[in-house]
Amino acid sequence: MNELLFGTHGLDAGVLTSLFLHFGVLSLLAIGGAITTAPDMQRYVVGEHGWLSDAQFTASVAIAQAAPGPNVLFVAVVGWNIAGLAGVAATLTGSLLPSATLALAASRFGDARRKSRGMRAFTAGMAPLTLGLLFATGWILTEPVRNSPGAMLLLPFTVLMLLKTRISPIWLVAVGAAVGALGWAG
Amino acid sequence: MQIFGVFNRLALQGFGGVLAVAQRELVERQRWMTPAQFLELLSLGQVLPGPNIVNMALMIGERFLGWRGAVAALAGLMLAPLLIVLLLAALYRHTMDQPMVAGALRGMGAVAAGLVIATALKLVGALRSNPMGRTTCALFALLTFAAIGVLRWPMAGVVLGLGAAAVALAWARIGR
Repeated sequence: MNELLFGTHGLDAGVLTSLFLHFGVLSLLAIGGAITTAPDMQRYVVGEHGWLSDAQFTASVAIAQAAPGPNVLFVAVVGWNIAGLAGVAATLTGSLLPSATLALAASRFGDARRKSRGMRAFTAGMAPLTLGLLFATGWILTEPVRNSPGAMLLLPFTVLMLLKTRISPIWLVAVGAAVGALGWAG
Repeated sequence: MQIFGVFNRLALQGFGGVLAVAQRELVERQRWMTPAQFLELLSLGQVLPGPNIVNMALMIGERFLGWRGAVAALAGLMLAPLLIVLLLAALYRHTMDQPMVAGALRGMGAVAAGLVIATALKLVGALRSNPMGRTTCALFALLTFAAIGVLRWPMAGVVLGLGAAAVALAWARIGR
C-alpha cells in the first residue's frame, strides 16, 4: 500500500519538491509539445539523480503511448515510478500549471499580436529548435535498445508506416509489443 | 458537462496523440468551430509552451464557459486517460520481471521512438516557408539535436541560448 502511494523512493518532500520545480521549468520550455522535454527529464531523473533506470524511463514513455489520451501523461507515469501517487501529483501539476496559466493568459490577451513582427520572429525562430528537440527525443528513447538488432529494425519500420500509410499508431505499438514479447527485441 | 463529455470522448479515442481525433470531434461532429478556427487555435497552442492539445482544450473551454469551461475541458481530457495509464503502470510494476513483459515494453519503446521521429520528419516540410531559409533552419535543428540528444546539455540553457539567436535572426530577416 505504501508503495502504491509513495513509490520506491517514499514520501521524500525534497524529491517531490525538486520534481515539481524541475518539471515546472520544463513546462515553460516545452515549445512543440510536452514530449520535447523528455530528453531533459531523462537527463534529470536518470542521469543526475538515478531515480529511474534508462529502461524504466523509456518504458514509462512507452506505457503512456500505449494508452489513450494526451502524450503528456508520460510525465504522470514517470512520477508514479519515482514516488507513487504523490509523484504523479508533483510531476503532473508541475508540467501543467505554468503552461496552463500562460495559455489562459494568452487566450485572454487575444490574437491581436499574432501577425506582429515579434510574434512571427518568435514562431519562425523556434520552429527548427522544436524539430531538433523532437529528433533528440526519438534518439534518447532508443537508448535501452540500441544494441538489439530486432528493436532497431522496428524503428525504420515504424517511421515508414507512419509516413507512408494512414494506419493508426496503436497498431504499430501493438506490433512492437508482439515483437518484443516474442523475445526479438532483447 | 457537455464540454467534459466531448473532451473525454476524444481523449479516449486518441492513441499515440489526440490531435487528429480532436479535429474530427470538434470541427466535424460537434461543429463547435470551423476548420480555420481550429487551425488558428492549434497554431496558438503550438507557439505557447506546454502540451498542445491541453493548451487548446483550455482555450476552447474558456471561450465557452470561462474558467469553469477550462476546468471541465481539462478534466475531460485528462481524468479517464490518467486512470488508465496509472493502471497500466501499476500492472507493469508487478509483471516487469517476466521476460515477455520486459520484451514487450522494449519493443514498444522502439516503436515510441519511431513515432516521435516520424512526427518530426512530417514537420520538416513546414520549414520550407521559414524566413531564415532552409540551410540556417537545418543548422539550428542540428545544433539543438547535438546539444540535447548527444552532449546531453540541460535544456533550459540550450533553448534560451539557441532560441534567442534564432529568434533574433528571424526578426532581422522578416524586417528586410
